[in-house]
Amino acid sequence: MGIIETKDLVFEYIRRDEEGNVEGITRAVDEVTLDIKKGDFIAVLGHNGSGKSTLAKHINAILYPTEGTVWVDGMDTSDEEKLWDIRQEAGMVFQNPDNQIIGQVVEEDVGFGPENLGVPTKEIWERVEESLKAVGMYEFRKYSPNKLSGGQKQRVSIAGVIAMHPKCIVLDEPTAMLDPNGRKEVIRAVRALNDVEGITVILITHYMEEIIHADKVFVMDKGSIAMEGTPREIFSQVERLKELRLDVPQVTLLAHELKKAGLDIADGILTVQELISALKL
Amino acid sequence: MLRDITLGQYYQTDSVIHRLDPRVKLVTTLCYIISLFIVDNWIGYVIAGLFLLAVIKLSKVPFKFMIRGMKAIVFLLLIAVVFNLFLTPGEPLVTLWKLTITREGIRLASFMAVRLVFLIMGSSVMTLTTTPNNLTDAIEKLLGPLKVIKVPVHEIAMMMSIALRFIPILLEETDKIMKAQIARGADFESGNLIKKAKSLVPLLVPLFISAFRRANDLAMAMEARCYRGGEHRTKMKPLAYRKRDAIAYIIVVCYLAVCIVCGKILW
Repeated sequence: MGIIETKDLVFEYIRRDEEGNVEGITRAVDEVTLDIKKGDFIAVLGHNGSGKSTLAKHINAILYPTEGTVWVDGMDTSDEEKLWDIRQEAGMVFQNPDNQIIGQVVEEDVGFGPENLGVPTKEIWERVEESLKAVGMYEFRKYSPNKLSGGQKQRVSIAGVIAMHPKCIVLDEPTAMLDPNGRKEVIRAVRALNDVEGITVILITHYMEEIIHADKVFVMDKGSIAMEGTPREIFSQVERLKELRLDVPQVTLLAHELKKAGLDIADGILTVQELISALKL
Repeated sequence: MLRDITLGQYYQTDSVIHRLDPRVKLVTTLCYIISLFIVDNWIGYVIAGLFLLAVIKLSKVPFKFMIRGMKAIVFLLLIAVVFNLFLTPGEPLVTLWKLTITREGIRLASFMAVRLVFLIMGSSVMTLTTTPNNLTDAIEKLLGPLKVIKVPVHEIAMMMSIALRFIPILLEETDKIMKAQIARGADFESGNLIKKAKSLVPLLVPLFISAFRRANDLAMAMEARCYRGGEHRTKMKPLAYRKRDAIAYIIVVCYLAVCIVCGKILW
């Protein structure tokens, strides 16, 4: 059993009119069954409204399944007694950096999670220092979050989650509101966490460039998993991705077009380097 | 520009007063205000003034920052003085047209003025030397006993600190919305008061909507980080009394005693 497992997960949003009558039911997540191994870097792709954020919120027990079950490290998320253990083990980073920073000073924000867990004061300081160093924000510890750039704020948010010593961290489009530099910073920090600390990462995104290094990719469409596999397997199906309204990285697209035009190169080229060496042969 | 606004006008420097526990400063300020209302003779006010001067000197905050807080109350001060001056009955000194200035009037008016000035300066010393954060911590700690009668002390302190954190963000957002509306031809400048107030509607509605959205996001982010109210919570920066805080308390008690003796009993 992996660190996160879902079985036939269904989640329905109920839309109500002004009098509170049920207007309709939207199935945001539809029969999703997943098994995520410890230490993996998982990417979840999908265009807007594909249900990827809703799925993410189940892992942190913010939403509960309408049908089916989610287990985090063997704990059922609908078990209320385990709620805080689940939230400690599966941290979550959200999209808008401004709306998830609580402290008025960087270090206080990072300390917020451990404070809630009831960690002794001395250990909080150790954890804050270690997590800020892990994301490369230690020299900003005395700053007000309002003075940081978007990428820096997101790294602070990530540090805030790491300070709770989670086994797994879910990032719900952490780069959607950032500029390209901020995006790179954040992705670099996330990869370091996965490589160095061995934390399982579930990255939800719609930027293709960010998933190249993932161990496994899930593509969601209309609430269910449409594709799954390694990035290479996913990117070799350019036509299918286009059907799902997803963009393919430029290099991959170029390689795909070249192949269609008759050139003999492999499917699923991910980086410029790969394309160069494929063309040299 | 808007990002640089610091609330509560904290003045960053290193002094004994800055390093004092915020609880001490809060209690001292309260005691000081009380002392201002206890004393009713000149000796008392001289003592209060000397105490204030000593504290200001120790705090290393330039004197002009204290004066700055004064500007806001000039009008109030003026009204208080004028009313006390003319409307206090007693032995008449000068009569101007229908208004009479009495001996008691002068006394009361000048006491009132000194009281107000000292009051504002005294509380400025506190806000200038204490970060808003520390102040909320102190309030949470001092109101702690009220938990027994089910006052949500921790929640109040948390709300205050979140409000402080979001003020710059919301200001920036207001600025953004305003510019967006101006770009579409909205007019916030011209017209009379009612027209101006009406023109604020397209500013306030989006601002409120976005504030609610932020609140929702923030609540979710806090829950995701295991926030569950004040119970079982430890503190990253717990308030701890040191030797200097004890000394400060002793000084405050002495000051209060001197005030009562000189300002009340000796008269």
